[in-house]
Amino acid sequence: MVKVLIPSGALGLGYDRAALARGIAQKPDIIAIDGGSTDSGPHYLGTGTSKYSRNSTKAEWRELMAARAEAGVPLVIGTAGTCGADDAVDWLVEITREIAAETGESLRLAVLKSGQDNQTMVAALRAGRITPLPAAPEISDTLLLECTNIVALAGAEQIQEALNTGADIIIAGRTTDTAIISALPLARGCHAGGCWHGAKIGECGALATTSPNSGTIMIAFDAEGFTMTPMGAEARATPRTVSAHMLYENSDPHILYEPGGHLDVRGATYTALNDREVRVTGSEWIVSDRYTVKLEGARRVGFQTVSLVLVRDAHYVKNIRTWCDDIVAKCTAKAKARVDGAFAIELRLIGADATLGPLDTAHVVGTEIGVMGIVTAETEALSREVAKMLNPYLLHHPLTEQEEMPTFAFPFSPPEMPRGAIHEFCLNHLLEIDSPMDAFRLTVEDIAP
Amino acid sequence: MTRLAVVADKVRSKNAGPFWLTIDIFCGSAEAYEQVSKALSTEGVASLFQIAPATLKRFDLADLHVVKFSLPRPNIQGTAADRDMHGASFANLLADIEV
Repeated sequence: MVKVLIPSGALGLGYDRAALARGIAQKPDIIAIDGGSTDSGPHYLGTGTSKYSRNSTKAEWRELMAARAEAGVPLVIGTAGTCGADDAVDWLVEITREIAAETGESLRLAVLKSGQDNQTMVAALRAGRITPLPAAPEISDTLLLECTNIVALAGAEQIQEALNTGADIIIAGRTTDTAIISALPLARGCHAGGCWHGAKIGECGALATTSPNSGTIMIAFDAEGFTMTPMGAEARATPRTVSAHMLYENSDPHILYEPGGHLDVRGATYTALNDREVRVTGSEWIVSDRYTVKLEGARRVGFQTVSLVLVRDAHYVKNIRTWCDDIVAKCTAKAKARVDGAFAIELRLIGADATLGPLDTAHVVGTEIGVMGIVTAETEALSREVAKMLNPYLLHHPLTEQEEMPTFAFPFSPPEMPRGAIHEFCLNHLLEIDSPMDAFRLTVEDIAP
Repeated sequence: MTRLAVVADKVRSKNAGPFWLTIDIFCGSAEAYEQVSKALSTEGVASLFQIAPATLKRFDLADLHVVKFSLPRPNIQGTAADRDMHGASFANLLADIEV
């Protein structure tokens, strides 16, 4: 049996300290935690930075390092620094060295990097080794060269390679959410379908229990399947909470694709062992013909400056769309005459359909409207320049020439808020590789006080 | 006729990666599941998202009392045209329909 302790769904989210302590007392074989996700958008991969604050990350990571030292087992983090790009991995490695220096701890650190070289990706595309997944955007050599970061999602094999170094701590770049959990039980010969299914159920910590905020869970893997045990005092896992987690952020509730194969849970049975633990057997792992890893990439697509104005006058609220259309047309024409370069002006109506746009056919407008002006341009300077040209319109534009000059409410001075560079996700593809370590780099460092 | 939000326990939408959106309707009971599964037409849900029905993946999961839909994201997550980074608001489009 292999016991994997999962402190929470992601480093930085927080967890119940008592639940973690309970988990350590039950002697896990490994502690595994996710460090990221694409869910907060393309900025993080685009810039190779973390979404969470450095101080919060350091505080939680210090506690996990202490828990690891107490348990005397490996601690592995996947998708370090939100995006798993090489710079984000280096950021967490630096934090780890700082903590070790502060606590006087000696440890072996393995670092697995997932970043891909742009030119190598161009060669792979030309060789037919990069193929699109459903709903993938069109790609080209140029697009691959424009990516500021491309990462490949490591699977269980690459984490196993890192575990084989005898490391106390493994900091991995982009990995699948599941691989950090499945790697050790797979290496020790546990049931492959059970390993991947248990890993998917455990990847969000206690989300698959009745107390999602308690964070910590233990999953015990064996030759037939797995058993899920929440560590929170009040948390319960039931066949329903466990089986329903296959739905979560997964477009197909039965199938999960991973490097080297896929999981099929249609044959799984979920049994309540008692009122808080669930046993799962019957999941199947199907090995693929070729070994592929998923690619993610982000590129810079421009710069934005945002303005916000509040419209409370009933006459203007009633005619807000006409007002906005007129401003966009007039300001675009004026800016085109005065600046060089590509730009776009968009006004979104907060209080009408800013959230869902044209899909929101049944929205109801209240007594006021927030108008969010978004200027997107090819340079930062141009986006600010056009946003400054937009300013007088948002402040004083009349619906008709006949009416008195109105004045609307700016909450801030200046009203323009530069957002800096904007990025887009631009890869949803598979990379075929001959051997699992081909697209990844593993280094080992012994830290001594 | 009643709104789906009233019949179901929860209607949830989430990103399934940056390129897909997935919507889970937790009906809460076998009766509610029967009602929702029958009342929701794939064509009707596709029209809410202004897409062709063939683009919409549908899963009727009787054991879980869940009806699930997945579709390519209306705009790729985080692009200049995207309005909802985490995709959670799209659930409201379904929650408001009559079943």
